[in-house]
Amino acid sequence: MSENKIHTENMFLYYSEKMALNNISITIPEKKVTAFIGPSGCGKSTFLRSLNRMNDLIDGVKIEGKVMIDGVNIYDKNIDVVNLRKKVGMVFQKSNPFAKSIYENIAYGPKINGVNDKSHLDEIVETALKNAAIWEEVKDRLGDSALGLSGGQQQRLCIARTLAVNPEIVLMDEPASALDPLSTAKIEELIVQLKEKYTIVIVTHNMQQAARISDNTAFFYLGELIEHDKTKKIFTNPDKKQTEDYITGRFG
Amino acid sequence: MINNFRKNFKGAAIEGVTLFSALLIIAIVFVMFIVIFIGGKSQLSWEFLTSFPTEGMTKGGIFPAIYGTALLVIIMSIAAVPFGTITAIYLTEYAKENSIIAKTIRFAVRTLAVIPSIIYGLFGLGFFIKFVGTHVDNALYGGTLHWGQPNLLWASLTMALLTLPVVIVSVEEALKTVPQELRAASLALGATKWQTIYKVVLPGSVSGIMTGTILAVSRGAGEVAPILFTGAAYYLATLPGLGDQFMVLGYHIYVLTTQSANVDQTLPIQFGTTCVLLMLTFVLNMSAVILRYRIRKKKNN
Repeated sequence: MSENKIHTENMFLYYSEKMALNNISITIPEKKVTAFIGPSGCGKSTFLRSLNRMNDLIDGVKIEGKVMIDGVNIYDKNIDVVNLRKKVGMVFQKSNPFAKSIYENIAYGPKINGVNDKSHLDEIVETALKNAAIWEEVKDRLGDSALGLSGGQQQRLCIARTLAVNPEIVLMDEPASALDPLSTAKIEELIVQLKEKYTIVIVTHNMQQAARISDNTAFFYLGELIEHDKTKKIFTNPDKKQTEDYITGRFG
Repeated sequence: MINNFRKNFKGAAIEGVTLFSALLIIAIVFVMFIVIFIGGKSQLSWEFLTSFPTEGMTKGGIFPAIYGTALLVIIMSIAAVPFGTITAIYLTEYAKENSIIAKTIRFAVRTLAVIPSIIYGLFGLGFFIKFVGTHVDNALYGGTLHWGQPNLLWASLTMALLTLPVVIVSVEEALKTVPQELRAASLALGATKWQTIYKVVLPGSVSGIMTGTILAVSRGAGEVAPILFTGAAYYLATLPGLGDQFMVLGYHIYVLTTQSANVDQTLPIQFGTTCVLLMLTFVLNMSAVILRYRIRKKKNN
């Protein structure tokens, strides 16, 4: 498989007339954790959402340039967005389980993809919950409503739900920002485990988090990609002054 | 000192007047209910609800009118609820908020809601009976009169048009209570838009659709004007089918009070019928209010 799972070239994004992403060129490697950092409004979440075309849902968004996944431009006319999103899953900032049982939340994705066999579904649900490190906590109450779980459990359930469709890439938009430290630690531990099988791209406000869990870090500022390198390099010896100022807390 | 007294007096007088008009509303409702209930309660019996009118409608029950009303609102709901729900789905899920088409549809819905009900009646007569019905007769029955005359079907469809705005607005409101994040979650899992609507959005708004249905039914059960020309009958000795005219509670009251040979003799039945109609709409509206309250509570959580 290619080392460059995701690759963008001269990518611009506009909200109506306003430019939100300015000439982004980046290469994101396979089966690694890549963190996007930067102050609020810098475009990191917008960029993340353009990788599985969730921005399509917003009126007036226009994208120029290339966004390649496995060498295919995902904004080509003949790309099926539904298939793209099966391949590129997403975990949101606020946990958003459906008002269904724990089991049905996980089974939702496989079911819409045509998996109807009960034993096969059971297997998928169990594997997904195990991979998201929540199986032990919920295995005896799969029929209970997912809304009864704690915030941290809900977020791991949402990760399990994403894994159940068997994606290759998992995009995470500040997945732990609404959680307590203990739940955050669990999610972080999980992310590090997940990179064995998946390419992870995570947006975070928390620089320590980026430093702890990511292999590579990209720093965004005012819609531009300022610097992208090994996490260690970004946090110890960045090339750009703006990166250093942000890392050391001089702004943002 | 005197000036102050005047000021205080004026203030108190204004408060008094506003309070009086507010209390008057309660009094009107109260009196209406009391009068109708006292007048009707001696009539209310199983017998009254389940038997046909007898002796020139001066005795007997109102079963055919209850039966007709029930059929009317059922057929009306079968037509109005799916149609209204589909329209609401278009408005909330597909149309762009400020697009010309969405604005036009919303304007049309608001307009439908304020058209006087008698005009619906005339429209039903002109469109369903004279136009659709006559064409069906010409095509299927060689011109003999079958569908080109007032009947239960055309009356129900006319009533469906009248209640459509109620359904659309309630369902729209319910669809909007489903959080955007759930739609995003579903789409991000590779669901199509329709799968998202069908499996996430609609199950989340069932109670809203129910509310819309109940409000529509309660509106439809009480209206008389739209069915005057399209199917309501003075008296029928048999229960109606789709192609027949039918008796209905609201119109039955009108008939008893104005068309009867002996209005005084029918007075208890008038009260009884009014009582039944009032209780029916009251119960329906109460259940809609309760459902709606539950939806609001859910939304605020």
